[in-house]
Amino acid sequence: MTELIDSNSSIESPNMTASTAPAISAGDGPLKMTTRNVDVFYGDKQAIKDVSIDVTMDNVTAFIGPSGCGKSTFLRCMNRMNDTIPIARVTGEITLEGEDIYAPDMDVVQLRARVGMVFQKPNPFPKSIYDNIAYGPRIHGLANSKDELDNIVETSLQRAGLWGEVQDRLQDSGTALSGGQQQRLCIARAIAVDPEVILMDEPCSALDPIATAKIEELIHELRGKYAIVIVTHNMQQAARVSQRTAFFHLGTLVEYGVTSEIFTNPTEERTRDYITGRYG
Amino acid sequence: MVNSGTEHTVKAFDTDINELRGMVAEIGGRSEQAIAKAMRALEKHDLKLAAQVVEEDKLIDELEKRIDDLTFQTIALRAPMADDLRELIATFKISGVVERIGDYAKNIAKRVPVIASTHKLGPASLLPSMSNVASELVRDSLEAFARRDADLALEVSERDQVVDDFYTSIFRSVITYMIENPKDIGEAAHLLFIAKNLERIGDHATNVAEMVYFAAKGEPMPERDRGENPTDLLEE
Repeated sequence: MTELIDSNSSIESPNMTASTAPAISAGDGPLKMTTRNVDVFYGDKQAIKDVSIDVTMDNVTAFIGPSGCGKSTFLRCMNRMNDTIPIARVTGEITLEGEDIYAPDMDVVQLRARVGMVFQKPNPFPKSIYDNIAYGPRIHGLANSKDELDNIVETSLQRAGLWGEVQDRLQDSGTALSGGQQQRLCIARAIAVDPEVILMDEPCSALDPIATAKIEELIHELRGKYAIVIVTHNMQQAARVSQRTAFFHLGTLVEYGVTSEIFTNPTEERTRDYITGRYG
Repeated sequence: MVNSGTEHTVKAFDTDINELRGMVAEIGGRSEQAIAKAMRALEKHDLKLAAQVVEEDKLIDELEKRIDDLTFQTIALRAPMADDLRELIATFKISGVVERIGDYAKNIAKRVPVIASTHKLGPASLLPSMSNVASELVRDSLEAFARRDADLALEVSERDQVVDDFYTSIFRSVITYMIENPKDIGEAAHLLFIAKNLERIGDHATNVAEMVYFAAKGEPMPERDRGENPTDLLEE
């Protein structure tokens, strides 16, 4: 994981972003994750080209861009989910609290507890609501007694805004919940192992507007407790939930900046064309 | 980089935006015409023409309402972003400002009957020249909007100083005239108000230019260095 690409490579690199990390301004809170000159290859095909981004605790970071732009691929690098794809190869540097997450001695299971993930389609385990939450703390040995575990389950469900709806039926199957509730269950499950970062890959794309609004409200409440990165196709959603937005196109990071500026006065023409609906 | 001309994927959005641009051009044209007619009525003492300006102001008011309705609707239904959003916000504000310009023209027209006695502008002989410059500013500010031309907008804002200088000059001569001809103070006061209306029209054209600059650049227009403020004269 030390292979750094030549900064003069032919890779398409827009002026303000790719090779140099974007400046983090005062008031952004502590840095949680940094990525530097990240390339991702699927076999011979390069899916991500020289991307450098910083993620802070106090801001929700949104990744936007057209299908196939690499935003999900990049998100999956941040907790090494791409390791599960044999032909995927990642170069560059990604750190969590200054630690290289691709270092040989990095425990990937531990990493994924620290950097949790929520997927597009709610994927609760075919177990009870209680066990969905308790599973992670159990295997990571986070609870020493039944009481402690009960406490983690309740706190996690409360943080995910689901406790009131399920407290009387914790033994019901997680899959019996509505789509929006299942997604909040998945968020509660991620929270249960006390992560530092939560990655969300289009968490609302399978949900109706009300369930979506509840997730967005939840993201708002979780901000600051966890560093949150969300991939979304819905630009209005990116505008609503994030404070920093990164626009990806054809595997490159075109523009990364303050959300309110990206959506009112983007610097790059490609960003403008995409967010105003002129793309393609 | 604004409005490269690329069309939106959703064509109906372009239809709405183009309709709005057309209406802004129309309200601008009508206001400019109202100024010219009001001034011609004043110079020729044409009461019929003056009445026509007052009547036609209703069309400007209606146009403003139609622009506001469509802008509001477009923002609600299309959720515009970036330069589209800036243009719609600018459109919304410009329609209000241009409607005010129409009101000032109407106000000039309403004073025509009162300035009947002399059949000439006397101490305010500079008014037609002042009006020409003010009208030009209105025309150019809307031309800048149509072309998304930040440079022309900036130029309009700078040229407003000419209108202000006219006002200062007319103010001085009318005040002097009043002192020398106390019996004509009433009529001279109306001339002063007309000059003030034209001065305000110049300011409003500058407001339009500022909106155009913002829509084009995404940042506020730099403050211009204003010269002598005509209201300072009151202190003299």
